[in-house]
Amino acid sequence: MSTPHFLLDGLPVPFEEGQTILEAARAAGRYIPHLCWHPEFAPHGSCKLCVVKAAGRYVSSCAMPARAGWEVESDTPALNTRRRTLLQMLFVEGNHFCPACEKSGDCQLQALAYDLEMTTPRFTHFFPDRPVDASHPDVLLDFNRCIYCELCVRASRETDGKAVFALSQRGIHKKLVVNAESGRLADTDFAATDHAAHICPVGVILHKRVGFRTPIGARTYDAAPIRVVAMRTEADDD
Amino acid sequence: MTEPRKIRLATVSLAGCFGCHMSLLDIDDHLFELAGKVAFDRSPLTDIKRCGPCDIGLIEGGVCNAENVHVLRAFRANCHTLVALGACAVNGGLPAQRNHLDLGRCLTAVFQSRPGMDTGAVPDDPELPLPLDQVHPIHEVVHVDYFLPGCPPSGEAIWAFVSDLLAGRTPRVAHPLLHFD
Repeated sequence: MSTPHFLLDGLPVPFEEGQTILEAARAAGRYIPHLCWHPEFAPHGSCKLCVVKAAGRYVSSCAMPARAGWEVESDTPALNTRRRTLLQMLFVEGNHFCPACEKSGDCQLQALAYDLEMTTPRFTHFFPDRPVDASHPDVLLDFNRCIYCELCVRASRETDGKAVFALSQRGIHKKLVVNAESGRLADTDFAATDHAAHICPVGVILHKRVGFRTPIGARTYDAAPIRVVAMRTEADDD
Repeated sequence: MTEPRKIRLATVSLAGCFGCHMSLLDIDDHLFELAGKVAFDRSPLTDIKRCGPCDIGLIEGGVCNAENVHVLRAFRANCHTLVALGACAVNGGLPAQRNHLDLGRCLTAVFQSRPGMDTGAVPDDPELPLPLDQVHPIHEVVHVDYFLPGCPPSGEAIWAFVSDLLAGRTPRVAHPLLHFD
């Protein structure tokens, strides 16, 4: 009996029972854009960047189990336009001022915007007021860039066993909060060695005293686009 | 045989630092080629004060005061193709970092409370354009045809972009010329 497979943009991708479309695609060396997905955690399905059209329906490929015989579209102008629109909404919702961000060049949001050729945020900016938290001796929190992927929430809870972070409130008022009476990171048992301190795909969780250490040209996504870098290793922080 | 009509190009720096104009000068030898193909209308390079009918308008900087709005609208009215050049025109950039602060308190802090500033009041000369409460990228004020991000976009990116426009092609800037920093 041959291995079951589906077609991704016209080419066969083999999969094992229980694998999602995104996992099977990655195992076959095929990149599907994503922000909130991480190989160490269960699918979150919130960023929707991994949207594909499977058997005629739009689905999150990080959460949808692969099925034999499916025809899946991913890298098409129509889907990439939808992904670009999602990125544009993320950019106007926060304060993403790349020229002054320590994460510039290493940021997955920025790298995806490059790869999907997003030249304008297009929508009207919210310019929200999100004060930073510099209370911790080793780590700075700049909430301006948070995209609510919950990777830090999940890493702190599931790997570090600490539950330092959480998302609070709903809809337009949703925000990342620190699990302390004072709301300050310094008043938690968070440590710079935590997994959660190294998982932010954007520039929220920043280690102090190392900013801009890597020169332009040597940063994660300077030489190669994210679709290439992400297939080498799941892009992590630092 | 008559010479082909020169493309008319206007440029301006609104709430910007002129860094994008510096980057335009960074196209080096291509400046000669550019000068052969375009005639500059209003631009810091010509010192013409008002924008006339143009083929292309390059806007550096966002919109931070009433004069910026006026100039931007004049460019839109006169330029067939309007381009947001650089981070500030595209998303507000550095000047927009004041957007979460109260403008009145900013002005008071600078002109009344700062040591050594003893003017006693916020300047209100009628020749001074009124600041807006927030700095906006230009697409929030007028329709923009194309965007070239970067702080600043490199000379190489500007030349690739302008070459496409001059040749009648849809400009496309991708990796590695496309960058936001």
